[in-house]
Amino acid sequence: VTTPAAAIAGIHEFEKRVAGGLSPLQIKAECAARALQDAGLSWADVDAIYDASEAGRMQGLTIAEYFGITPRVVDTTAVGGSSYEFQAAHAARDIAAGKANVALLTYGSTAHSESRAIGTGARFGSEAQPAANMERPYGLTLIGNYAMVARRHMVEYGTTPEQLAEISVTTRRHAMRNPQAVAGLADIGIRNVREITVDDVLGSRLIADPLHLLECCIVSDGGGAVVIVSRAVATGLRTRPAWILGTGEAVGYPAFGADITTTAAARSGPEAFGQAGIRPDEIDIAMIYDSFTITVLAILEDLGFAKKGEGGAFAAGGRLAFDRPGAPALNTDGGGLSSNHPGMRGIFLLIEATRQLRGESTSQVPGARLAVAHGNGGMLGTRHAAATIVLGTE
Amino acid sequence: MPEQPERPLPLFPEPDTAPFWAATAEHRLTYQICRACGQVVFHPRRHCTCCTSGDLEWRDSAGAGTVYTFTVIRQHGHPFFRARIPYVVGLIDLDEGFRMLAEIAADLQALQVNQRVTVTWEDHADLSVPIFEPQ
Repeated sequence: VTTPAAAIAGIHEFEKRVAGGLSPLQIKAECAARALQDAGLSWADVDAIYDASEAGRMQGLTIAEYFGITPRVVDTTAVGGSSYEFQAAHAARDIAAGKANVALLTYGSTAHSESRAIGTGARFGSEAQPAANMERPYGLTLIGNYAMVARRHMVEYGTTPEQLAEISVTTRRHAMRNPQAVAGLADIGIRNVREITVDDVLGSRLIADPLHLLECCIVSDGGGAVVIVSRAVATGLRTRPAWILGTGEAVGYPAFGADITTTAAARSGPEAFGQAGIRPDEIDIAMIYDSFTITVLAILEDLGFAKKGEGGAFAAGGRLAFDRPGAPALNTDGGGLSSNHPGMRGIFLLIEATRQLRGESTSQVPGARLAVAHGNGGMLGTRHAAATIVLGTE
Repeated sequence: MPEQPERPLPLFPEPDTAPFWAATAEHRLTYQICRACGQVVFHPRRHCTCCTSGDLEWRDSAGAGTVYTFTVIRQHGHPFFRARIPYVVGLIDLDEGFRMLAEIAADLQALQVNQRVTVTWEDHADLSVPIFEPQ
């Protein structure tokens, strides 16, 4: 375990869930400016840029001009919702290598305003690709893909729909404490915004068996920015740094004999925890990509919070709520299930983890010292990308 | 009369999967095996994913296998599949040792994980789509 070289020093989450005519690029720039202000920095300080090209093709070529910066590191890692955990890992390495001092990660999306059918749309575009060619005729939706993981998890380990529903209940409870989430849920058209019960979740309609509507993330507009700085820069700033203690990256894909209930987090997690010298049971805050309930359940197991097959019991009884000791607090901002999911949620995991380590969350865990942010991109049941970031106050 | 929406089909040219789809026209479900190391390769491609050899042999599967997992699609944005809901998609472990995604034509209430299934064919102009049904 070495002294961490890089820390998150500036964060901003776009406040609204309906962008009101702003473009994804404008959302990115607004968030970048506010995150830099948060850190006490400006465009001229940024020397490394990380961009997933979610707001246009080959943005590595154009985003520096749009912002008005002159980077010496350009990283265009684009692996879906986990892009920002991958980018944070790369930024920490670039800073440790002395190639950068101030790294900027940005995200902007108007998925809600475009009525983008992320979970139930046709999955493959007009490109002829081998894997897509084998699957295109069957119309497996993104939700259906995750549902296949949930089905196998239930058959193999006896996981119940009630246990999965607990994850939606906990994240909604956290969302109801977050004024931006509450306003956002109303803005995207959810009537009677309130806490929900296990019965509410199981009473909502099935979208792809065994997953119900309330087990699926919302579709919002939104964006965010994260500024990652070197130790030398961090010591001169006013914000409390969230140090990057360990990182891990992995991808998963289908194969004969492969266990669909075990995700690539089983490889990225140990890598990150090992580098950090931290055990999962020491973690205060678990920011886990909650595209669906099953995503959280499988990843909690794969990161080592619970044994494989025991995630259901681990999440049951509200144990992952911010005010319940004995288990990490899960997605304290309300998560993708109930606060913010414009398509690629990864950046919000880093942002809320940092808020917790600063003591600024709306569901603050007193004295939170260690957090994990785990992003999952692509589709859990077939090909997916996973990155784990362990963060700490020192 | 409005036209019936059609099932999306593979796109060509796509040289890795073209032989697989050509064989479906004869109702043959094919997979590859590496002549150098014996690895089963699926989806089709030009190289062995185990030993890097390029010497792959095409074989016919008997088309029988076991349901590894499945879901029932109940909401879909594409007109063809919207007209088809509710329908089943699952992962099938074929007896020859490869796993493929496919539709399963089955009673929604009765279908179980680990159930045995066999391939059937839905014919189109230049190819047939494999669809599995319970044995």
